[in-house]
Amino acid sequence: MNPVRTEDLVVSRNRRHHRDPALAPTTDIREELLELEHKGELIVHRVPDPHVLVGTKYGRQKKIPMGNVWHHKSCGQCGHIPGYPTSIIWLHKMLGLDSYDPTNQTSCTGWNYYASATSNSLAQVSVACRNFAAAYKDGFYPLIHCGTSFGHYKDVREELVTQPELRREVRKVMEKLGYPLVFPEEIVHYSEWVYAVRNKLAALKVHDVSGITACVHPACHYHKLIPEDVVYDDEIYNGERTAVITGLALAFGAKVGDYSTWYDCCGFGFRHILVSRDFTRSFAARRKIEVMINEANPDVVLAQDTGCVTSLDKSQFAVKPHGVKVGVPVISDAQFAALAMGAHPFRVVQIHWHATDWRPLLEKMGIDWQSAWEEFQEDLERIKRGEIKHLEWGDVFNG
Amino acid sequence: MDESEKKVWAEVLAEAKRDPRWHHSLHGCFECGVCVGSCPSARYYDYSPRRIAQAMAREDLNLLKEIVEEDIWNCSQCYACTRCPRGNSPGGLVIILREVAVKHALPSAVEAMTGYTRVIYKVMTTGTQVSSDMLQVDAFPDWGPQVADTSKHLDEWRQAIPTASLWGTKSSAWNVDQKTRLELYRIWQMTGVMDWVKPVAPSVAALLEEEFEEALEEEGEE
Ligand code: SF4
Ligand code: SF4
Repeated sequence: MNPVRTEDLVVSRNRRHHRDPALAPTTDIREELLELEHKGELIVHRVPDPHVLVGTKYGRQKKIPMGNVWHHKSCGQCGHIPGYPTSIIWLHKMLGLDSYDPTNQTSCTGWNYYASATSNSLAQVSVACRNFAAAYKDGFYPLIHCGTSFGHYKDVREELVTQPELRREVRKVMEKLGYPLVFPEEIVHYSEWVYAVRNKLAALKVHDVSGITACVHPACHYHKLIPEDVVYDDEIYNGERTAVITGLALAFGAKVGDYSTWYDCCGFGFRHILVSRDFTRSFAARRKIEVMINEANPDVVLAQDTGCVTSLDKSQFAVKPHGVKVGVPVISDAQFAALAMGAHPFRVVQIHWHATDWRPLLEKMGIDWQSAWEEFQEDLERIKRGEIKHLEWGDVFNG
Repeated sequence: MDESEKKVWAEVLAEAKRDPRWHHSLHGCFECGVCVGSCPSARYYDYSPRRIAQAMAREDLNLLKEIVEEDIWNCSQCYACTRCPRGNSPGGLVIILREVAVKHALPSAVEAMTGYTRVIYKVMTTGTQVSSDMLQVDAFPDWGPQVADTSKHLDEWRQAIPTASLWGTKSSAWNVDQKTRLELYRIWQMTGVMDWVKPVAPSVAALLEEEFEEALEEEGEE
């Protein structure tokens, strides 16, 4: 990584950004990755066609695959908010895009690394490269569901590309595991895909969301780690913040309410959410949710990451008796899009896994959640009676 | 600080500085406080990313000792401090110092593992950090009645998710193939992580060996 020069960071708030890739404060690591491939050091997994280009902070273009993706799932989402990955997959199906849900994937293990440091660079790069090699062998392109995995993998890319000795060591590990050393051409976060297809998704909207005000929380590990690779758009926030989530909400016709602590984290803290939750609770409730209510009075908070949805949602219950203003449901951009497009709130969006009362939001969106809940209860009964083993996509689309 | 202590902390600093990321995370410090203004942990703890950047820039061993013993585990790893006009990353310095603390089983690292080791076990065995069976009222009493609801209906709720890799999963976030779990274990072995984990979380290391060594032998791996 090249050091950032002070003069590059001085930005007038009133000036429209001049985006010129040549003026970016860092070199384009993707080009260095391709050079390494040229030298025979590794394989670069190309973004498959068709793909679309989106702009990033300094005007570099980023390729976003349209289908043929390997859903690199997030452990926090799958474990505790399963409607998150399910909505991402449902959106792919709604656009008729092929994708693959692997079981030969591990998480990036970055959550644990940031929480406990019981790992090291060689292990972290090896875990990443094992996943990428598995995706390459499966013939699908990794789409990263987790904000931390996304940021962490870009840190990993910097380390792999800039440290030849580390690269040699990783190659040895991969050889022993029987995998080639592969790295994707782009690290793509699902919310970038959602942003790239936002108008196609919005065209399938069945519920009017023009009466909905959303507050947006961008994930720290999405936009603060390797920010030069993050999606920006001059039309959104005058190009001064990332355009993901907000771009989706606006495309669907929702209002986006601004609030002064948008840059603050959610309070997740990686270790704090598990072992020091008093910090997480206070920060999420007082610095985020209460500020949002005071300044924008949202119907919903939209986020793009596991930890953010968890912290912001689950932290609201315990602080209520202390007079803190709370009570705003928290979901992902993908879940919001799915709900607006008529996805089943329980079979697909799995909203029953969320803690803060989501009923007023669904009612305001015009969703008859009571009937849907009855249908879902019947699904559960069928499972309990042994008539079906589990819910399948066929039940979702034909049921 | 006596001479022998100085020697220890000088070695901690030298080891941290050998990490190639160190020099990208520290370019001297204006002492401007931009990082502190952005830092969530500074709001709730006696914690300051500026103090960390300053101390490291000056290579102040007394402060380094205090920081490693008291501060590093308070950082939220959010990287808001990368707003630094010098291009510093105090959060980046923290993760390197944490690694050194874990590697040498320094007391703050051992203490930081209290109540956390089951998470390390989960991620090192399944490759996923959390699972739905962790949603128990006694573990998350502050998350409200939804946790009780989840644990009561967990069996059928986990079957009622159309994403196939999640079907029935309660002890891992999704179904991770046994072959993949073994590959992950071999990564921990080959990269020295097992050796790091032993002193700070010996029970985890023992459980991992018990769980995977036999399977590896069966596969003809050492
Ligand atoms: S990474 Fe740590 S030091 Fe930096 S702003 Fe976040 S909590 Fe503060
Ligand atoms: S923002 Fe940077 S220069 Fe300013 S006090 Fe923090 S580390 Fe030092």
